[in-house]
Amino acid sequence: MSERPDEEMARDETAPGEESEHDSIVGGVRSYAVGLVAAAILTAASFALVQFDIVWGPAVPAALVALAIGQMGVHLVFFLHITTGPDNSNNVLALLFGVLIVALVLLGSIWIMGHLNHNLMGPMATP
Amino acid sequence: MSFTGKLGWDSIPFQEPLPLVSAAVIGAVLLGVFVWVWRRGHLPYLWKEWITSVDHKRIGVMYCLLAGVMLLRGFSDALLMRSQQAIAYGNGGYLPPDHYDQIFSAHGTIMIFFVAMPFMIGLMNFVVPLQLGVRDVAFPTLNSVSFWLTCSGALLINMSLVIGEFAKTGWLVYPPLSELRFSPGVGVDYYLWALQISGMGTLLSGVNLVTTILKMRAPGMGYSRMPMFTWTSLASNLLIVASFPVLTAVLAMLILDRYLGFHFFTPEAGGNQMMFVNLIWAWGHPEVYILILPAFGVFSEIISTFSSKPLFGYRSMVIATMVICILSFMVWLHHFFTMGAGADVNGFFGITTMIIAVPTGVKVFNWLFTMYGGRIRYTSMMLWSIGFIVTFVIGGMTGVMLAVPPADFVLHNSLFLVAHFHNVIIGGVLFGAFAGFTFWFPKMFGFTLDERWGKRAFWLWLSGFYLAFMPLYVLGLMGMTRRMQHYDVPGWHPWLIAAGLGALLILAGIGCQIMMLYVSIRTRKDRIDESGDPWDGRTLEWITTSPPPAFNFAVLPDVKGEEAYWGIKAKARENRRLSDRPDYEPIEMPRNSPTGIVSAFFATAMGFALIWHIWWLVILGFFGAWGTFIVFAWRDKAEYEIPVEEVERLDQARRRSKATLLDLPEEALS
Repeated sequence: MSERPDEEMARDETAPGEESEHDSIVGGVRSYAVGLVAAAILTAASFALVQFDIVWGPAVPAALVALAIGQMGVHLVFFLHITTGPDNSNNVLALLFGVLIVALVLLGSIWIMGHLNHNLMGPMATP
Repeated sequence: MSFTGKLGWDSIPFQEPLPLVSAAVIGAVLLGVFVWVWRRGHLPYLWKEWITSVDHKRIGVMYCLLAGVMLLRGFSDALLMRSQQAIAYGNGGYLPPDHYDQIFSAHGTIMIFFVAMPFMIGLMNFVVPLQLGVRDVAFPTLNSVSFWLTCSGALLINMSLVIGEFAKTGWLVYPPLSELRFSPGVGVDYYLWALQISGMGTLLSGVNLVTTILKMRAPGMGYSRMPMFTWTSLASNLLIVASFPVLTAVLAMLILDRYLGFHFFTPEAGGNQMMFVNLIWAWGHPEVYILILPAFGVFSEIISTFSSKPLFGYRSMVIATMVICILSFMVWLHHFFTMGAGADVNGFFGITTMIIAVPTGVKVFNWLFTMYGGRIRYTSMMLWSIGFIVTFVIGGMTGVMLAVPPADFVLHNSLFLVAHFHNVIIGGVLFGAFAGFTFWFPKMFGFTLDERWGKRAFWLWLSGFYLAFMPLYVLGLMGMTRRMQHYDVPGWHPWLIAAGLGALLILAGIGCQIMMLYVSIRTRKDRIDESGDPWDGRTLEWITTSPPPAFNFAVLPDVKGEEAYWGIKAKARENRRLSDRPDYEPIEMPRNSPTGIVSAFFATAMGFALIWHIWWLVILGFFGAWGTFIVFAWRDKAEYEIPVEEVERLDQARRRSKATLLDLPEEALS
């Protein structure tokens, strides 16, 4: 890496949520504030979707899933500082491992429990 | 609402003399040890150097000690069961059903959570930072907290012997039997809180070791240069971090059912007990790999060291480890093939289970090829390793049999299954723990263990294992189910007597191990490990002294390749001199802290109070533990400095011993 004469320019190239050694407290607080506002907006939007007739009824679940994924993204970037920065491969790998395990356990459980319900619960399953 | 909750004089099981008498004996022994320690004036030493220690080596040793003590407890349960079944043909034996049910539940819980787990975590704690060439784990005080929380759990389990009762539900407390309606006593509550508290310790320790391995390696110690034991420890701790939250969550749901009238797993009000079985095995299967992977690492180190050869197929070994790590999360349904899932689900999980045999087979062949053409030294550790390979392959094959769903429909819940998992856990995990303990004992204490008693212990354990568990395979095929308090099939009786004799052989093996420790400590002056490298080792833990100084390495070693220490040794032999005398600097080490034992004290009080519904004590315990954390967080001084003269003096002594070891002239030191 060549020397960067312009400190400001280097600052501009950091990814959102990335923490660097020479980050000021103000910068850190700003990043958290952006994250907090974004998270609050996404939360409010989810409630609004359910409360008011903004979108077509059957599309509400899909919209909620989309907002939830956005929410996860905000948390990962602004609070957990997962970025594409070079120093972040450990965090990204850990995240991928976690996602893989959660997916395996979740999808496996849904599949297994579906089978068990189908075979064993029979007509009792619907109250 | 009473001051002592559900606790009263009727909670003490006076009608059952056996647990009371044994507890009294254990209590007397503990009191005797305490009085002896106190009279000899060792208490301040114990408190300052061990109990409050945040040194990963001391904590590792204490984990192993805990595992050893609990092994005695778990094994006495095993003796009780074997003798009961050897006697109880056509009669009720000597253990009433009520008591027998508690014994098999306690045996499983103790052996997995308080023997196998602490033994493996202890070895990892002790060895991993040394193999990485660093001075401590990432969070030293947290490490101490983890250890003492595990002790809390062990203490609660043992308290159930004399105050109240233990679970009568088997070691995984399946609902609906474990729900309040069918198990109204405190037994299941003891199980739940002991495991919640110690599980927290295990999770923290997993986080700690993962962080250590990912973030704190000596210069040059890339992932592709890490010793095999460190690799398997990484995989094992990743599994801890991924799976223990599942255990905590599922036990928390059962707690909510039992304490607050929830219906997660009750048969009524929409609960589904099958969800418990599903979730607990989503933790339970990775758990067996948490235990066996470090053992694989131990055997890799030992086989390579005593064959005087590098490990065969290092890369394939790493890949096999990580493949097992992922696959272990894709097989959990094989623990409940018979619960009613369809052919698709059973077929899928049966096949993934069989696939695990592939990377495991890769490992077995790698060990064999490591031995092939090597100059093998048949030490007791090597005997454990060869015994492991043979025994584990047999256990693995019966595992593949059980992985075939139609076969499992015949064999499930029978003694065949019991024989299978003891085959892999004793032959794999326990042999690994014993081998690793003997291997690293000189590093822990500075002297080697007596080989004669060690070999006697090995042969008795091996023959005892086969005599105790091969009959169980036969009995399983004859249709005997597990957990039977009595039976009236004449054909089973001789096999159960044989199994009982096998347990006695194992008892003799344990006796030899105690003798081994006694003899070795008595003759320690003759068996001091001067060089710090008693086995002609290959990895970095052997470069430092035995036992290592608090800071492990005066200067962090510069790693130039796989088998870092072997390379350094070879270079020193070639150049006829050691590496250049380094510039020493003072070293900052974390200060000891009573945070661990104090918070664990409060956690124990809280767990006990929750079991007995003593609500004021619950609040007190919670705030006590919280307050301990606050005090720790606001501490002023976290570290102390070891002066440069001290570092230099210790390291010069180490260099002299290395020069003697390598037979180098005096001027090689400069």
